[in-house]
Amino acid sequence: MALYAVILMYEIPCLINYNCQQANDLRCIIPTKPRCVSSYRMKRVKGDEDACSSSSEGPTESCKKVRKLQPSKEKHQEEEEETDVDLCEFGFDWALLPQEILLNIFQFLPLLDRAYASQVCRGWNQAFHMPELWRCFEFELNQPASSYLKATHPDLIKQIIKRHSNHLQYVSFKVDSSTESAEAACDILSQLVNCSLKTLGLISTARPSFMELPKSHFISALTVVFVNSKSLSSLKIDDTPVDDPSLKVLVANNSDTLRMLKMSSCPHVSPAGILCVADQCHGLRELALNYHLLSDELLLALSSEKHVHLEHLRIDVVSENPGQHFHTIRKSSWDAMLRHSPKFNLVMYFFLYEDEFGPFFREEVPITHLYFGRSVSKDVLGRVGLHCPRLVELVVCANGLRPLDEELIRIAKRCTQLSAIGLGECEVSCSAFVEFVKMCGRRLSQLSIMEEVLIPDHKYNLDEIHWEVSKHLGRVWFPDMMPTW
Amino acid sequence: MVVNSVHWFRKGLRLHDNPALQEALNSADTVRCVYILDPWFAGSANVGINRWRFLLESLEDLDSSLRKLDSRLFVVRGQPANVFPSLFKEWNVTRLTFEYDSEPYGKERDGAIIKMAQEFGVETIVRNSHTLYNLDRIVEMNNGSPPLTFKRFQALVNRLELPMKPLPTITQEQMGSCRTKIADNHDEHYSVPSLEELGFKTQGLDPAVWKGGESEALERLNKHLDRKAWVASFERARINMCSLIASPTGLSPYLRFGCLSCRVFYYNLRELYMKLRKNCSPPLSLFGQLLWREFFYAAGTNNPNFDRMEGNPICVQIPWDHNPEALAKWAEGSTGFPWIDAIMTQLRQEGWIHHLARHAVACFLTRGDLWISWESGMRVFEELLLDADWSVNAGSWMWLSCSAFFQQFFHCYCPVGFGRRTDPSGDYIRRYIPKLKDYPNRYIYEPWRAPESVQKAANCIVGVDYPKPMINHAEGSRLNIERMKQVYQQLSHYRGLNNGSNLPLMGCRLMAPSSTILLVISLRAVMLGSDGQSEWFLLPTTHSSCHELHDCHDDLLSRAAVVCPFCHLTDHVVEVLWLPRYRTSMLSPLQGIDICMYAGVGTSCFN
Repeated sequence: MALYAVILMYEIPCLINYNCQQANDLRCIIPTKPRCVSSYRMKRVKGDEDACSSSSEGPTESCKKVRKLQPSKEKHQEEEEETDVDLCEFGFDWALLPQEILLNIFQFLPLLDRAYASQVCRGWNQAFHMPELWRCFEFELNQPASSYLKATHPDLIKQIIKRHSNHLQYVSFKVDSSTESAEAACDILSQLVNCSLKTLGLISTARPSFMELPKSHFISALTVVFVNSKSLSSLKIDDTPVDDPSLKVLVANNSDTLRMLKMSSCPHVSPAGILCVADQCHGLRELALNYHLLSDELLLALSSEKHVHLEHLRIDVVSENPGQHFHTIRKSSWDAMLRHSPKFNLVMYFFLYEDEFGPFFREEVPITHLYFGRSVSKDVLGRVGLHCPRLVELVVCANGLRPLDEELIRIAKRCTQLSAIGLGECEVSCSAFVEFVKMCGRRLSQLSIMEEVLIPDHKYNLDEIHWEVSKHLGRVWFPDMMPTW
Repeated sequence: MVVNSVHWFRKGLRLHDNPALQEALNSADTVRCVYILDPWFAGSANVGINRWRFLLESLEDLDSSLRKLDSRLFVVRGQPANVFPSLFKEWNVTRLTFEYDSEPYGKERDGAIIKMAQEFGVETIVRNSHTLYNLDRIVEMNNGSPPLTFKRFQALVNRLELPMKPLPTITQEQMGSCRTKIADNHDEHYSVPSLEELGFKTQGLDPAVWKGGESEALERLNKHLDRKAWVASFERARINMCSLIASPTGLSPYLRFGCLSCRVFYYNLRELYMKLRKNCSPPLSLFGQLLWREFFYAAGTNNPNFDRMEGNPICVQIPWDHNPEALAKWAEGSTGFPWIDAIMTQLRQEGWIHHLARHAVACFLTRGDLWISWESGMRVFEELLLDADWSVNAGSWMWLSCSAFFQQFFHCYCPVGFGRRTDPSGDYIRRYIPKLKDYPNRYIYEPWRAPESVQKAANCIVGVDYPKPMINHAEGSRLNIERMKQVYQQLSHYRGLNNGSNLPLMGCRLMAPSSTILLVISLRAVMLGSDGQSEWFLLPTTHSSCHELHDCHDDLLSRAAVVCPFCHLTDHVVEVLWLPRYRTSMLSPLQGIDICMYAGVGTSCFN
């Protein structure tokens, strides 16, 4: 597409003939059929790696015609007979390209190329500013000295705030580790007064820098968006100092539209705060939060009749201080949740010390995806086998020094949905592993096992296990390797 | 015609299996063995004292071996491009020989020297002996670009004939027939310099743990083979405390400097295996270490940006932090994590650490905890690590930071647990951090968790005598796993959001059979989507890796549809493969994008 732009930029101006009336006429002639972008993309010229499509709709037919213009123009110059391209019958030239088509082309161009193209002529400059091109924007903010992140140019930011803030709908902010960048993001946020955002993401690409901001500053910027948007559907504010009152503002203004809320590691939110969201936002399908916000009441609120089916619930279990005591969730609450949303995914990430697992996996839990970020004991894994019948994916980053043989086999036996497993610093004897794979069979679609995990025994050595496991999986399988240099 | 040869030593500091040196001797009238070294440059170069010492010892050893053959080593002070013209004239040189250097910088330097030699009417002979295989051949077999997975590399190597047999050591007779008069003042001009001459302070310098030189290398090789023969097992050894300590049978620095020929090592291992296993032909895994080295050499050979992130086509662009203070703490071994600090101390003192220790500190610096660029870590290794090679070092760092080679990243090495598994007693820590020697085993990997009374009893208060941990690992790794996901998600150019619809990727639904993954490969773009039944990916890789995947699993890909809806976009997008779903395991960095906030697809917690 970049090449396309170049062609357009350098060859067209000479042919430009401002005739808007004609362009308007053409607009009626060129059919705008809904079609599949893929078929359009297949026809695109070479030269682009960066292209992104933003639209599911676009005039394929018209695009084809646009492409035909290129040869036709050359032919025209060579004064050859031209019958192929119907547009030429109208004495068409590039300046008459209908805005819809231009828009469509522009949607495939990276911003920088669009900016270059906008300097070609007035028409293109107008196209550059079309609202459709500014619905989605990702602000990248950094301090060049502290990060490898590429920053959005400040002038561009000013321009967007001045001319396009009312067009923005899907906005994300990426910041590096510096507080200044998070501050800059808040400054932009607080200027978004006349826009109605549908999605907002605040993303720390390195350390969570929003957490270092004065809470009041952050909250006031965020509530600007909450108050003005009225139709937020997706909100990702992990690792930020968002608090209960600001969530209330969110709910007061966006309760009908909110579908997704990601707020892992937001220490200023209380269980009551999130409960208020769940009570009011009945369309909420996706929720990510930390374990300390999870309560029986929350689960019951999410499974109330008024509430749509929940699709994803992600819970991070992090210990703030060693030896922390964790509350338990009643089995009846999970059961209610499951009755209400039988297909929901419960994703749990554990980052606990081994001795903090006491309250977990004592009763049946409808977990589907389970991640143990730190060492987890054999005992806990044994309980997982007993109490997680819905388990689909299991990752064990580390375990003690004894092999996990019985635990894995129990999991294979009782977790009949299990289809993916990853093992890091653990040990499993080769024969137990083969047994595990044999029991799970071909439903194991992902099997990421570090080579060091597998302990050769009297039955299998490392070469043999590769064959044996491949046989049971029905496909070629190898353990994951790390360089031994 | 008189033939006056000069053999130019760079790597390959040995007389055994040295084909270029053999060429120099071949019916020559005189032969001079030259090493070129710039003492003024030495102090400023990013190379630590241990590496210089190893090099100088290797040169000393070379010189003394040559003396036994009535010859000497000429260590010429200066830069190659500056000294060769005068050497050519002074010695009336007609032939220049050296070992092939596969690295981009080396190739460029050698190209210039060859051109210069031509102008002086000097014939140049270059021979490959630093790697087992001809790397260009491997690249060629892989359709012009290096293999990017180790499996693919092994598959290619399997198709190659065995490496060239090593050549014998230079003999007295060979040397005698082209004896060169050694001037009385040879030592004045051409002696091996001392560390002091290079500007290093040697006062209080500990004796070398790794002594450089070919003689030492060959002795170690014998011990290495003896031990293997005695153990009579070629399985990977279980790692324990002993593995972490510099072993008298370790060979990697000797391979790095070419004090030991990799082909000699290869054939010795092979013969031993066949002897003990009754002529079974050995599996590739026997040569694990050598092949990894070869793999990274192949990956770097045509990529001048192999050692950096920007402009490196195989490297994923990750928004690392710049954080000089944190980097310094890591490099000096004062992170507050005894396991990390002990490793970094060992590295600084001795110049070598075990490969698992490398994984631990590299993961800690980059994706695991500190989120600092692998390039910074690579430079520290370059300074300190005896066996650090441009290609191998950069390649390993990219691997360990999950920046290339399709590494999965669901798991971070724990700076506490990983060490404890390896050496439960903590003796390794006590050896390198004597301050902690009185800590009980229970707390030695995490002294900050020890009660004050224990800290007092051990005479080492955390925060006073030994640093507090610089980061909360649980928190750091939690964040960084999310960060990594973001990076890979970012690569997906996920912009199905403009119209706010739930259509996945680019609004196009590709009709993939339900049990398949559609894989599209392009140079830079990575895309991912899912329509419920299928998922598709664009991987950040080059044309060849597409073939690579293809070849790897020919059988499974036989029904691959090779029509790419994007093919016409770019030169780099080449093929679309329909892959059975299982391929996710290899592609796991791209699996489980669970923060597709706009479309809300996927929940996988892998990665």
